[in-house]
Amino acid sequence: MDHMPENWGRPRNDVYGEYQSAIHNAGQGPQSRTQTPSITGTSVIAMKFDNGVMLAADNLGSYGSLARFTDQERLIKVGNETVVGISGDASDQQYIELLLERLLIEDNYPQDGHHLRAPHIYEYLSRVMYNRRSKIDPLWNAILVAGKNDDGSPFLGYVDLLGVTYSSPSIATGYGAYLAIPLMRKIVSEEADAKNVSEEQARKVIDECMKVLFYRDARSLDKYTVATVTLDGEVKMDKNVRCQNMNWRFAEGIRGYGTQKQ
Amino acid sequence: MYAEHFSEPATSHVASAPIEHQFYPYASNGGTILAIAGADYALLAGDTRHITGYSINTRFRPSIHTLENLGGPERAIVVAANGFSADGDALVRRLAQRAEWYTYNHNKPLSVSACARLVQTMLYGKRTFPYYVHTIVAGLDESGRGEVYSFDPVGSYEREQCRAGGSAASLLMPFLDNQVNKKNQYDAATGLPQVATDLPLEETLKLVKDAFSSVTERHIHVGDYLEIKIVTKEGVKVEYFPLKRD
Amino acid sequence: MFRNSYDNDSITYSPTGRLFQVEYALEAIKQGSASVGLVSKTHAVLVALKRNAEELGSYQKKIIRIDNHLGIALAGLAPDARVLSNFMRQQAMSSKMIYNRPIPVSRVASEIGDKAQKNTQVYGKRPYGVGLLVAGYDETGPHLFEFLPSGTVLEYFGAAIGARSQSARTYLERSFESFADCSAEELVLHGLRALRDTLAQDKELTIQNTSIGVVGLDSPFKLYDNEEVGEWLEKLGDVGSSRGRRQAEEAAAEAAAASAAAEAADTDAPTTDAPAADDEAAADLPAEPIETDD
Repeated sequence: MDHMPENWGRPRNDVYGEYQSAIHNAGQGPQSRTQTPSITGTSVIAMKFDNGVMLAADNLGSYGSLARFTDQERLIKVGNETVVGISGDASDQQYIELLLERLLIEDNYPQDGHHLRAPHIYEYLSRVMYNRRSKIDPLWNAILVAGKNDDGSPFLGYVDLLGVTYSSPSIATGYGAYLAIPLMRKIVSEEADAKNVSEEQARKVIDECMKVLFYRDARSLDKYTVATVTLDGEVKMDKNVRCQNMNWRFAEGIRGYGTQKQ
Repeated sequence: MYAEHFSEPATSHVASAPIEHQFYPYASNGGTILAIAGADYALLAGDTRHITGYSINTRFRPSIHTLENLGGPERAIVVAANGFSADGDALVRRLAQRAEWYTYNHNKPLSVSACARLVQTMLYGKRTFPYYVHTIVAGLDESGRGEVYSFDPVGSYEREQCRAGGSAASLLMPFLDNQVNKKNQYDAATGLPQVATDLPLEETLKLVKDAFSSVTERHIHVGDYLEIKIVTKEGVKVEYFPLKRD
Repeated sequence: MFRNSYDNDSITYSPTGRLFQVEYALEAIKQGSASVGLVSKTHAVLVALKRNAEELGSYQKKIIRIDNHLGIALAGLAPDARVLSNFMRQQAMSSKMIYNRPIPVSRVASEIGDKAQKNTQVYGKRPYGVGLLVAGYDETGPHLFEFLPSGTVLEYFGAAIGARSQSARTYLERSFESFADCSAEELVLHGLRALRDTLAQDKELTIQNTSIGVVGLDSPFKLYDNEEVGEWLEKLGDVGSSRGRRQAEEAAAEAAAASAAAEAADTDAPTTDAPAADDEAAADLPAEPIETDD
């Protein structure tokens, strides 16, 4: 008699090969907070221009390769002059939104004329992300924060699930780093370049980038939001933007999958 | 009946096959740092490129930090922690605040040697989950002489004349051994090994710029801009020098 | 000596609604030498009078830097101020670490206010025996707050705490309207003039007994002690109290006024004179007038 219940009722080793005990032991191992993302958002892209920062993210929430949600908003307005763009896990995104909402409520209690702006929110998120990675319990996101510096100049920063941070006049997360960054750096490569780029020019490049991302990133959508933070005023959120003038003619020439007969 | 065929031992509760980790808490963000001490200066230099994989995240992310100190600008300490940049930032920020408390509590400047010992305890304090960085601390001692201390990720440290750290350390270090410490150099007349002497600042600056220009050619993680912080009795001077961006 | 039974702890009200231990703590401030603070549109200044306990000893520390944009001046129990200043430094560093923002002056001031208030409502605690002037510069400009052991935190154009501080307050009240447009230098001199009025008859401001702290737009908190105070005292010129002289001047002015309107003079005159009134106040701990029978 085998007294180990977990050995009962198993397929026979001589027929099916030795049972992989790693599989049934997986849950009994050391406690693990390790996770993988489930519903995910793809790239967020952003660039500075002469009068502020513009960023964009599509409205797709993917479940693996399934286009699960098609009206996800991933650009969040935080306070009056900051936008946070979040890619990666959607539930962690919602948790970050909760943290930011709490943060702003707390910060508004004193009513003393002080407001958290982009650099402050960025610092806070950086601490949250790094502390969570240090607990091996990361928030599975890459985040862009856009707004105004203390001196009134445009601010743009990146932080991800490892707590890695950097600033650059044009930044993109995910596939955007490969597909959008080269296009954006064509006009804004250095900090000083941003001063020679108008809002219209920036918008053109952002739209172009979103189109290229829709062409080539299989987890993307042609519906997206563009947020513009200007130095002199409010945040503009342009929602439900569609990719324009797409050309899918090349698809006819592609062979090897789909419904073609030859 | 069936039980006889079971060859699995009852002790197989312990997983024998490793279970794949989904999350790895480290990354490498490239860049290289270099410090040289002289008779009346210490210098710490690093490129400003920040990468993940083959992507350049930003071309300009200065990585040499200055710790302001009591006792005048010449007592400032420069620090860089190169490797996983999130850990490097966390270490430097914590160090800066520890140094600030030191000056509050003791009402005197934090010496470079004391700073180095502090860095050791901070690094070793995370021995089981290390800061994944190569750290260099530089400044002037009480007599105004340059000092450089370098650390491994878990706090083992040493005072040196010069040290390179980061992605291209292995390319830079033999060059420095030869040019700063005069290794494998012999006096033509006597045939005796040359003795290392303090280099004048001008010469060191040329050496550093050449070293970084050359290493930019050979290492893809290095480039964009070179940042040099020089500590002298006048205080900390910062210089930027363009490197190739490819 | 008379003892009333409502001062055995810091949280029990007297039947007239007073917290005696808290009031005694406020008295402790007056045991310390004076500190003065004042603000313009661009700067905040602290000046303080240091005492040395004995000839052979060093002078006390009256002004403490908290952060680049923030400092405090104290009057009362210095060890309590040290605890509070360490707490403020922690708060300032947290603010930089978490938000990359120099802590707003009003917030750090109200945080120590909350801390002090706890001591007036939790059994077994002792109110802080120190008053602080918190001076700093942040996004909303320069600020001066007065912190008291009761947990009271109020913002001021000019404030003075400590022994004979009424004289300094008198000076500030007379001249605060001109502070707004003062340069940093003029503001320091106003501060020193207020401070010298708190001096005892035979004392002067010296480089040993004077501390100055200045913070403002684009100028991090700078503490002047010892030799560095010298140039400020030179600019000030007269380092002795001007109270006696001013009284004389006023007497003359009042005499002139009296000739115009005979009755007005003697109702105004006594308000200037702090020392007598203030010394009395210091000795005059609040007495419980009614409830002795209970």
